[in-house]
Amino acid sequence: MKTCNLALAGALLATAALNAAPPAAPVKIGFIYVSPVGDAGWTYQHDLGRKQMEAAFKGQVTTKFIENVPEGADAERIIRQMAQDGNSIIFTTSFGYMNPTEKVAKTLPNVTFFHATGYKSGANMGIYNARFYEGRYLNGVIAGKMSKTNVAGYVAAFPIPEVVMGINAFARGMRSVNPKAEVRVIWVNSWFDPGKEREAAMTLIAQGADMITHHTDSTAVVQAAEEKHKEKGTWAFSYHSDMAKYGPTAQLSGTTHVWGDFYTKTVKEVLDKKWKGTNVWGGIKDGMIQLAPMSKSVPADVQKQVKGLEASIKAGKFHPFAGPVVDQDGKERVAKGKDMSDSDMNAMNYYVQGVASAFPKN
Amino acid sequence: MGLDFLSSILFATVVAGTPLIIVAVGELVTEKAGVLNLGAEGIMCVGAVAAFAVAHHTHNPLLGILAGMVAGMAMSLLFGISALTLMANQVASGLALSIFGVGFSAFVGKPYESVALASVPLVPIPLLHKIPVLGPALFNQQGLVYFSWVLLGAVAWFLYRTKAGLILRAVGESPVSAHSIGYGVVRIRYQAVLFGGAMAGIGGAFMSVFYTPMWVEGMVAGRGWIALSLVVFATWRPLRVMIGAYLFGGCMIMQMFVQGSGAKVSIPAQFLSALPYLATILVLVLISRNRGTIRLNSPASLGQTFLPDA
Repeated sequence: MKTCNLALAGALLATAALNAAPPAAPVKIGFIYVSPVGDAGWTYQHDLGRKQMEAAFKGQVTTKFIENVPEGADAERIIRQMAQDGNSIIFTTSFGYMNPTEKVAKTLPNVTFFHATGYKSGANMGIYNARFYEGRYLNGVIAGKMSKTNVAGYVAAFPIPEVVMGINAFARGMRSVNPKAEVRVIWVNSWFDPGKEREAAMTLIAQGADMITHHTDSTAVVQAAEEKHKEKGTWAFSYHSDMAKYGPTAQLSGTTHVWGDFYTKTVKEVLDKKWKGTNVWGGIKDGMIQLAPMSKSVPADVQKQVKGLEASIKAGKFHPFAGPVVDQDGKERVAKGKDMSDSDMNAMNYYVQGVASAFPKN
Repeated sequence: MGLDFLSSILFATVVAGTPLIIVAVGELVTEKAGVLNLGAEGIMCVGAVAAFAVAHHTHNPLLGILAGMVAGMAMSLLFGISALTLMANQVASGLALSIFGVGFSAFVGKPYESVALASVPLVPIPLLHKIPVLGPALFNQQGLVYFSWVLLGAVAWFLYRTKAGLILRAVGESPVSAHSIGYGVVRIRYQAVLFGGAMAGIGGAFMSVFYTPMWVEGMVAGRGWIALSLVVFATWRPLRVMIGAYLFGGCMIMQMFVQGSGAKVSIPAQFLSALPYLATILVLVLISRNRGTIRLNSPASLGQTFLPDA
């Protein structure tokens, strides 16, 4: 009898405690990733951002992510499920999630969605992206200054504007300091296939490229350059993440994405009920793009020049696609004295002068 | 350029074809015994992660290969228990093994994703590697490349020149007859499955320790499936497996060289990527279009469960 009473009292107490002080439940925030988090690359950078944001809101938010979600029909189910699990803010971090995110967003007005790299937005769906090309241009300048063969090799995933923009910016950067420079492109038609990425890099190196970079997700290209560095003097520029660990000698610099500040700022807006739609395309100025630290192999004068350019881009005084922009066929795409508009950049479907390869037809 | 160039194309072709040969030859032996193991992709993944982990901790790539082999055998043992002892459907068991292997390797491989491995030096063969063009391409290679050649010869010799090979093929053709004259069908099939698993494990080890010295989830990227289809398109002939594998590797490398040359050829990149698959299927179908030889070479009991009369 006694124990029974005790238990009853305990239960009563517990209920009382629950009723008395309902602690503000942390807001649940979900992330959808296209590839495994891994140790470097596109998804890894987003995950760094997620962690930074979670730490900034100590205890106020909890985050959850699902990695390796294929782009397509399955994505919609997973995004919907994440919303139904009580996540009130959801970040979908790959281009292919655009339509599924939009579909789910329309049916769940109380959940706020953010989609990376797309172009469809809505009342409860914001979009965000980074100006990768700014970093690419700076990398190109280093490549142009340091190349002995005047050939750079570029391992690329798919011929979509985001990737083409990077190739063109790199070529313009290289050409700006080295009129003989050319960029050769190999499309591997995959975001992630280390074997193929490596073969493509080796092919470019065998054909005379001494500057190598990539727009794919693994570290294979930087590793390939590291391997060939002694024999061929190959240098590399990393993408997405700083990959100096994989190319301690060969990596000269790189273009790194930083999402943490953006995530923190945006989540704060939503939590404070001040959010009124997001269409962010942030660059070096916004801290969303960073130059990976330049290695000590980059001569001091080149470092200085690149730092100067970086400051001009930051101050809005210099645009990597400032006219005249002339395409491969000699057609002028942007007149002298003008900068290319954002919408034109997002529709880029040609190579500029300095890219040697032919543009892949579709 | 010139000859150097040719040599580097050849070199890359051989490297790209090697994991396919090793895995496909293992699968060929398994299938010759009448067992269809569709688990190659999963076994390769597990072999790759095991090899990487061991090579990382011991700094010894050879021990890595050994670990890949053992892991591959363990995986195929699972398949054997399911498909041979418990007599489950072979196709379903193999598919399950593939899916399991891909996921399992990702799970156990997490701690190794941040680790880089030193690349393994090439092994030049004395004298031979000095032959112009062919020397640097063929005889200054990864050790496993030579292994793939020896393996190919040994398997061809074993299947067609030894009694044990004859018995293995008999088991694959007509398990009932083999059983009736006293051969242990299940035991022989187990051996074949374990051999296939060991080779798939080594193929995986080649990927993670030699080809791209790193481990990341999904790095095998479908090569297990390509090896499986090579066996069928090569109509279960070892030499044709090699032709197919090098053709596949060669087309992949060639299209990259065309792109990387900076030449102004505008072909859709997607088509270039599909080219290795198309060319390999086309050529192998052409060289083995004779129906009689297909029937002669394809193991008659492939994929069928063997139920010994009690």
